[in-house]
Amino acid sequence: MILEATRISKSFRGLKAVNEASFSVEEGAIVGLIGPNGAGKTTIFNMVAGVFAPDTGSILFQQKPIHGLRADQICAAGIGRTFQIVKPFAGLSVLDNVMVGAFLREKTSSGARSLSASILEKLGLGPKRDLPASSLTLPDRKRLEVARALATRPRLLLLDEVMAGLRPTECDQLVAVFREINRAEGLSILLIEHVMRAVMALAGQIVVLHHGEVIARGSPEHVVRDPAVLECYLGEETEV
Amino acid sequence: MTRASAALAVVAALLIALPAFVGNYGLSVATLILYFAYTGQAWNVMMGFAGQLSLGHALYVGVGGYVAGGIFYHWGIGPWAGLWVAMALCALLGVVIGFLAFRFGISGVYFALLTIAFAEFTRIGFDHLDWLGGPGGLFLKVAQRDTWDVFNFRGPPLMYYYTILFLTAAALALCAWLLKSKAGYYWQAIRENEEAAQALGINTFRWKMVAVALSAAMTSVSGVFYAFYYNNLFPEQVFNIGRSIEIILGPVIGGVGTLFGPILGAVVLTVLSDGLTEILAALGWEVPGIKQIFYGVVLLAVIMFLPNGIWPALAKRLRL
Repeated sequence: MILEATRISKSFRGLKAVNEASFSVEEGAIVGLIGPNGAGKTTIFNMVAGVFAPDTGSILFQQKPIHGLRADQICAAGIGRTFQIVKPFAGLSVLDNVMVGAFLREKTSSGARSLSASILEKLGLGPKRDLPASSLTLPDRKRLEVARALATRPRLLLLDEVMAGLRPTECDQLVAVFREINRAEGLSILLIEHVMRAVMALAGQIVVLHHGEVIARGSPEHVVRDPAVLECYLGEETEV
Repeated sequence: MTRASAALAVVAALLIALPAFVGNYGLSVATLILYFAYTGQAWNVMMGFAGQLSLGHALYVGVGGYVAGGIFYHWGIGPWAGLWVAMALCALLGVVIGFLAFRFGISGVYFALLTIAFAEFTRIGFDHLDWLGGPGGLFLKVAQRDTWDVFNFRGPPLMYYYTILFLTAAALALCAWLLKSKAGYYWQAIRENEEAAQALGINTFRWKMVAVALSAAMTSVSGVFYAFYYNNLFPEQVFNIGRSIEIILGPVIGGVGTLFGPILGAVVLTVLSDGLTEILAALGWEVPGIKQIFYGVVLLAVIMFLPNGIWPALAKRLRL
């Protein structure tokens, strides 16, 4: 297991956002975290990424506890993340944005530059590397988020709704990129996603959250047939 | 890039040769410009690069000047020793202020208020520090000005001119190098979006502290220069908030966060305001406060028409 969360809970002013949730990500696996709005996905995500610590429970990354560490320490440990609401360094060029991430493991500017350039090529942003990040369209900004996170050379990548707002073809392109990185480099991925098309195509395992609790887990085929999942989440959608 | 390097070489050559063409007045104006260019560059490290607004940089100028001046005044030890004490002390001061602010999540304008507060109560403190002259001021003995006493930093205006020219060039080179290094990338990331910066593994607290300490240490050097150039220091004057504002006007008008903005801003402000004072004097209008009004008008014009400062627009026009 590269990531193992055990009975983690988090309350906000008495409201239990996550209640004793346990899940894990195997080395090299792609795991999808799904659930209706308010299920606690982003809260879990933020606990793993170090935005805040869980009230109780433990999170192990490569067998070492990471709960309570700061976001930068967690990134340094090997967990990269993207933001659901993209946060580009607007005043910097696309390449410089990615170089900021690359400096985590690369000591020299030239090393950081070449690593960043190759990641941008992989994500199809190569031709736009010298543009200011503020000039990018939303799909490109999403790719930039991913490129920046990849530049920190993570062992586990956390993706927070990177597909939201993308057209189906753009979504498929990004899915292909993640599959390729996962296959070639063995990068483990934990993704929160609303776009079921992407989750089904990517995730080997799905964890379903509802009211802050894990109600189901398993392969995508298994999960979509689970009565509890259908009732709370997918069921609502099929009625429409 | 070669165009830019060539332009820089020409400007450098002109500045080195300048004393041959101008008199004492011209030299004093040039010294003042370079003084503001250097100090603005130092302030720019903190605000322009790392995005931490200081409105109390007079603190470091004053403490730097008083420390090196006091060491010279009491023990006769020249600034080449006092300089290091001043830099260390100001870096420490910056770290204390930075710690208080960043540890307790004070940022933006509230951080700026904290920097003003520190400058202000240091001013009041120095008013009561009789060892350094108190409110009556600290006066360094003005030695004969004809020979270069480099060791004690006493000499003709030419010596001060070349010293501040060297400092400005060194600060420019340092900043140019920093911007291309990891530190520059990390600071700019923090400036643009601190949360995203932290998510990329940047210890934002530590890097902000580094920016504050470096900026403070660099600024203390201009304080040392100030003390030995003007030979007198008054708490009311050096720690005045007006002085802090004066420091930031150059970079703001020239272009915050740019390498040449602080230099260009210093040139524009000093030349125009001194020129205006001259013209008004020639016309026989001695209007008190005209310089301040002029500053205000230029600032308004720049904010209205060139919100990123003069340098970015000029660089684009000149294709540098």
